[in-house]
Amino acid sequence: MQSLEFNDLTKAYSGVMALDGVSLCLKAGRVHAVMGENGAGKSTLIKLIAGVIRADAGHVAVDGVRLALTSPEGALAAGFRVIHQELAIIPQVSVAENILLGHPVPHRFGVLVDWPALHARARAALAALGAGHIDTTTLAGDLGRGDRMLMRIATALVAGSPESVCAPCLYVLDEPTAALTPAESDLLFAVIARLRAQGAAVLYVSHRMDEVLRICDDITVLRDGRLVSTGRVADTSKAAVIQAMTGRAVADATPPRTSPLGKVVATATALTTRHLNELTFTLKAGEILGLTGLGEAGQRAVLRAIMGLDRVRGGSLHVLGAPAPISPSEAWGKGVALIPGERRAEALMPDLSVRANTVLPHLRGWMARPRADAHAADTIAARVSLKSTGGDQPVGQLSGGNQQKVVFARALMGNPRILLLEDPTRGVDVGARAEIYALIRAASARGCAVLIASTDLAELAGLCDRVLVLRAGRLMAMLDPAPPPDQLLARIYDSEGAIC
Amino acid sequence: MLKTLRQSGTLLGFAAIVIGFAIALPDTFLTARNLINISQQLSMLAVVAATMTIVMVMTDFDLSVGSMASLAGITAAVVFAAGYPVWMGIAAALAVGLLGGLFNGFLVAVIGILPFVATLGTLTVFSGAAFLISGGKTIFGRDIPPGFGEFARAGVPLDALGVKLPYLSLTALAVIIAVWVLLEHTTFGRRLYAIGGNPEAAMLAGLRVTKLRMIAFGLTGLGAAGAGLMYAARVASANPTQGSGLMLDAIAAVFLGMTMTRMGEPRVGATLVGVLLLGVLDNGLTQLKVDSYVREILVGAIVIVAVSIAALAKRR
Repeated sequence: MQSLEFNDLTKAYSGVMALDGVSLCLKAGRVHAVMGENGAGKSTLIKLIAGVIRADAGHVAVDGVRLALTSPEGALAAGFRVIHQELAIIPQVSVAENILLGHPVPHRFGVLVDWPALHARARAALAALGAGHIDTTTLAGDLGRGDRMLMRIATALVAGSPESVCAPCLYVLDEPTAALTPAESDLLFAVIARLRAQGAAVLYVSHRMDEVLRICDDITVLRDGRLVSTGRVADTSKAAVIQAMTGRAVADATPPRTSPLGKVVATATALTTRHLNELTFTLKAGEILGLTGLGEAGQRAVLRAIMGLDRVRGGSLHVLGAPAPISPSEAWGKGVALIPGERRAEALMPDLSVRANTVLPHLRGWMARPRADAHAADTIAARVSLKSTGGDQPVGQLSGGNQQKVVFARALMGNPRILLLEDPTRGVDVGARAEIYALIRAASARGCAVLIASTDLAELAGLCDRVLVLRAGRLMAMLDPAPPPDQLLARIYDSEGAIC
Repeated sequence: MLKTLRQSGTLLGFAAIVIGFAIALPDTFLTARNLINISQQLSMLAVVAATMTIVMVMTDFDLSVGSMASLAGITAAVVFAAGYPVWMGIAAALAVGLLGGLFNGFLVAVIGILPFVATLGTLTVFSGAAFLISGGKTIFGRDIPPGFGEFARAGVPLDALGVKLPYLSLTALAVIIAVWVLLEHTTFGRRLYAIGGNPEAAMLAGLRVTKLRMIAFGLTGLGAAGAGLMYAARVASANPTQGSGLMLDAIAAVFLGMTMTRMGEPRVGATLVGVLLLGVLDNGLTQLKVDSYVREILVGAIVIVAVSIAALAKRR
């Protein structure tokens, strides 16, 4: 293989463009980086290459020969090896079995597993990576994070064993260093260098700018499903990449502040929990405070602490003039409302009606009051401009944006004094996004303090009065006022560099 | 349209069974005496199934109800045998049911054991306890106060029809109405449905999920003990295995009911239809002198068919 072309890849999810006519050209023996904010289309691109989802339009050409990418088996046969972000391993079985999972196991006499042959093949795959130190008889669950990643890559290599039609020609790595220590990352980079030297193409998807600039030859930046820029790493700079990633005109969609701030409603002093380390900050009534960092750096943990989900282990946390709540039940009772990040898993009961979902935290007394509840739920549904066939409709039948509005209706119903938001516009189309921003601003104007943990930097820059930058549960910077998205991203990368 | 068919399928099947028996048994089936008889026969099952619905609303279930019913009957009989008055025996039996149920809830909600495993364990424990307390023997005769057995034989006379409406049937009706009010008209019930919809989301929305689950299991245990008392009163005796048939039928009744509701959730009204279907089938087949093993095969097949149809319809 000399070149690999992806032409005009397009994919829409229920009308929202996830990938819009993106073309990439990969060359043998080169590492090609793909960067972009969350929702830029990176994961859709990876899923298309892996054959997990089908493109609405576009095609792939290997050395000019067109291929149809319609199934994971097809992608494998074409020589594409995708190492997904989540470390999908089976912890209870041995490293060798994990590596050969999905391949015909070598047999003796047709029925018995040929264990020596199995281990030999797994060992060969690991040795090809320079990871001979991993014992193939260890249980996968006992491996360290870095060794697990190496094992996953070995899994991709073994697919290129003799019986396979086509030797691997493309490796796709999705955020491979997210869970690795710097030393483990270096080992991984050595492996990537070896794969490149063997003449494979590598597609490297990462948030980490310094890594990308260090190990990649070419770089493509995606934004809102479109290709923004592509070229040689040598010809670009950190600043130019950040500009390309964040140059979205979303600030227009986020209405400006019109109301003054009030008194302090929450204070953390050297707050330490399971995931936070000596964090100090204050939150005022009416203020919108942003939380950000690379990956999960403690943003979620701040919300969990205020919601009474994580114990305060050190320092202090005062919420609404009292020590932090010890349960979500107490938190809601005090006027703290939460909008969790995983709408389906953490917020909604899909089979229950819009009304039942809305009033849930606000049920009081012994007897249900269906009429009063219906009235209250319908009123708040109108306020968040929910589009449904009525309060009886099961929430699972609504679109993502409208489901999120139900979650907002639930949180806003009790007129909360503190609103905790986690990625409030994840999986929401552009129109509903603007409406949600208006709701957040309206709550703030009413005097509600808002804490937003978000990976969408334009969102933070547009809405927030201040932004806290976290890393590994520590406060790295307090940005007052919130800077524009490109500067915000630069500060996040700075905080990363300060430690590494 | 398809959805309506799915929801009414079980009801249509029930109607078909009633019509079939009415034709096959023209003289005996659709008589006031027989219908009253059916209502009495299935009153214990109705109580267990109604209270089983409470935990199944949360997508949990309780395998220990049958052996709890036996244990409760034995407990009451032992208290009677020791010479205490009737109300004390009943109170002791109900207390055992409530505590046993709360213990199930503790294992499931606090310790975090799967309901299947936790209640399988307590099934064995309760059953063993019933044998231990009774010495493995049936307690009957002079040990059971006449007033206790009398309750099951008496009823409200309905002079126009020449029959009496048994107190056991009325008790079952009262329990069903109580559970209906609890699930449909109290905040407690609304919260249980929310837990069934998504326990993680319910917890994050400020529900005290652990406490609610424990109480729900406690109520199921209480219902099982009540059914055990009704059974003991009806046969004026208590033995350590007499409740064992209740568990499978109760779960089957709730599943049959779930095929009839909008989103496939358990509702006590629908459970009642499931109980009636099983009770009528039992009564008619007995009258037709169908072998009891054949009856079991039929009941199992009906549950599988009804639930399969519901599952297939939901997948589309």
